[in-house]
Amino acid sequence: MLEITHLNKTFNPGTINEVRALQDVNLKIDPGSFVCVLGTNGSGKSTLLNAVAGTFLTDSGRITLNGRDITRWPEHRRASAIGRVFQNPFSGTAPSMSIAENLALAARRGRKRGLSWMLKPSLVNDLKKRVKDLNMGLEDRIDSAIGKLSGGQRQALTLLMSSWLKPDLLLLDEHTAALDPKTAGKVIELTERIVTEGKLTTMMVTHSMQQAVNLGDRIIMMHQGSIRYDFGGEEKKRLKVPDLLALFDELRRKDQIDNGVADLLIANYV
Amino acid sequence: MTLLLGSITIGLVLALLALGIFISFRIFSFPDITAEGSFTFGAAITASLIVAGVNPALATLMAFFGGMVAGAATGLIHTRFKINPLLSGILVMTALYSVNLHVMGKSNVPLLSKNTLFTWFEKIAVAISGQDTTVNVLGWSVAARDLWTLLFCLLIIVAFSLLLLWFFRTNIGTAMRATGDNDQMIRALGVNTNGMIIFGLALSNGFIALAGSMLAQLQGFADVQMGIGMMVWGLASVIIGEALISDRSLGMVIAGAVIGSVLFRLLVAIALRWGMNPNDLKLITAAFVFIALVLPGFMKKTKKINLLSHKHA
Ligand SMILES: Nc1ncnc2c1ncn2[C@@H]1O[C@H](COP(=O)(O)OP(=O)(O)OP(=O)(O)O)[C@@H](O)[C@H]1O
Ligand SMILES: [Mg+2]
Repeated sequence: MLEITHLNKTFNPGTINEVRALQDVNLKIDPGSFVCVLGTNGSGKSTLLNAVAGTFLTDSGRITLNGRDITRWPEHRRASAIGRVFQNPFSGTAPSMSIAENLALAARRGRKRGLSWMLKPSLVNDLKKRVKDLNMGLEDRIDSAIGKLSGGQRQALTLLMSSWLKPDLLLLDEHTAALDPKTAGKVIELTERIVTEGKLTTMMVTHSMQQAVNLGDRIIMMHQGSIRYDFGGEEKKRLKVPDLLALFDELRRKDQIDNGVADLLIANYV
Repeated sequence: MTLLLGSITIGLVLALLALGIFISFRIFSFPDITAEGSFTFGAAITASLIVAGVNPALATLMAFFGGMVAGAATGLIHTRFKINPLLSGILVMTALYSVNLHVMGKSNVPLLSKNTLFTWFEKIAVAISGQDTTVNVLGWSVAARDLWTLLFCLLIIVAFSLLLLWFFRTNIGTAMRATGDNDQMIRALGVNTNGMIIFGLALSNGFIALAGSMLAQLQGFADVQMGIGMMVWGLASVIIGEALISDRSLGMVIAGAVIGSVLFRLLVAIALRWGMNPNDLKLITAAFVFIALVLPGFMKKTKKINLLSHKHA
């Protein structure tokens, strides 16, 4: 399904702001797998998802999706195979357009858009039904601007949009981080439902250990631009929150030792 | 009264300009000053073709395509070479000045005694209601010909407005609006946003060139200076429309731009009639748009201050 080999990305190379955001990342995800991506702030989780989605081109390495090498594809071309939900509820929807228009736009993700009428009655019926399935009472408001909705409602709709046409890969980047706990819970429930029903291959970035433990069949943990831990199968099922916290601590300790060694070297040789 | 009819007619023709500015400025938030060049470009193309004996309808259509090319050039410079919107427009506008002079061969091309769209309209009008008939409108007697010209313009504008409204409700047109609204989102849905910007600016400048083409035919000449200030003029029309109609639905916004254009032209005609110095026209237009742009923010602020003082009291 998704295969990433020796992927590297450096932002602002050759300047004082140089950041080696991805360093030799290798990852293979099987069809139908649900992967939770953990990692400290700035460890490169979003960068990894953005690299896969094509927000920017990478420096070296290869990304293949469904057997096709998409490494040099522009973002809009990859969109035919990838559905996305962003951290910021404002990112995934066009605020001044109606709920119906937003959904209808998603109903043609990656397809040709011609001069035919957008909101055909059959499509409107279909989208009313699917909005009703969200149980948020939005089915009567499909003609009002989506920008007026709450963050949670927008994220739920963005989820619906990203999975309207079954994507080969669903990318969720902390899509509940901006929501209050109760709403976040609802959106996670919906995520689980959509992913299970559609048997979607999914990568979900999260900061919630609990979410990572409860959801999915694999956990990868990133640190300083590379994947440090990777748990799948039975191992993933056995993992509990304290185990994950311990791993975080270990990464942090290693950091301190690394820095300590560096200081020592600098003190001795520079 | 003839003056009034004339003003409304020009206002209707310039509504095409307002629609073009609406596309670039409101759909894409792209301050596209190419408008000043493409307005003249449309006039220049049509005037030269008509002088060369080309059918006026074809000459008008060619102006539309010419405008599209100009807009596409701006879009390409902006998206391909990452040059900022204003500068991209300025480059194309400046280049168009020379192009326009080449197209016209001189700085002013008269169209008197040539066949234009409007001489066609007049012929049809005369065939319907006779040579020198006058019609009574609200107690004023006006030449039937003038009234017919106005009706034709109205017809054309309504047709183009409906066409634009329909376009923005199609799959591609909705994607275009989304590009202006949230480009990150629509790219994630598979739309080439750079292509959309190029296409949108082409469409916008097509409309604007069409306005220039029709104005040249209406007033009987094309002039290399006629585009100066047109962007702000179009903006003024759009802003008046928005102020008049609070409904933000697409159809209403488009109708607002048309009504705004006619009203603005009428206001200018009245001001000139009252003795405003024509040289001050652009100054006042600019001041008007400036006030319209800062007023909403200013009002919000004073409202806030009022609320605050209320609380303290
Ligand atoms: N467009 C960019 N330009 C420059 N630097 C960037 C860019 N995007 C990310 N970075 C840097 O790359 C590193 C990785 O960032 P990234 O956003 O991937 O982290 P993250 O793991 O998603 O963190 P968080 O949990 O805070 O979201 C950071 O140091 C960040 O500052
Ligand atoms: Mg992130």
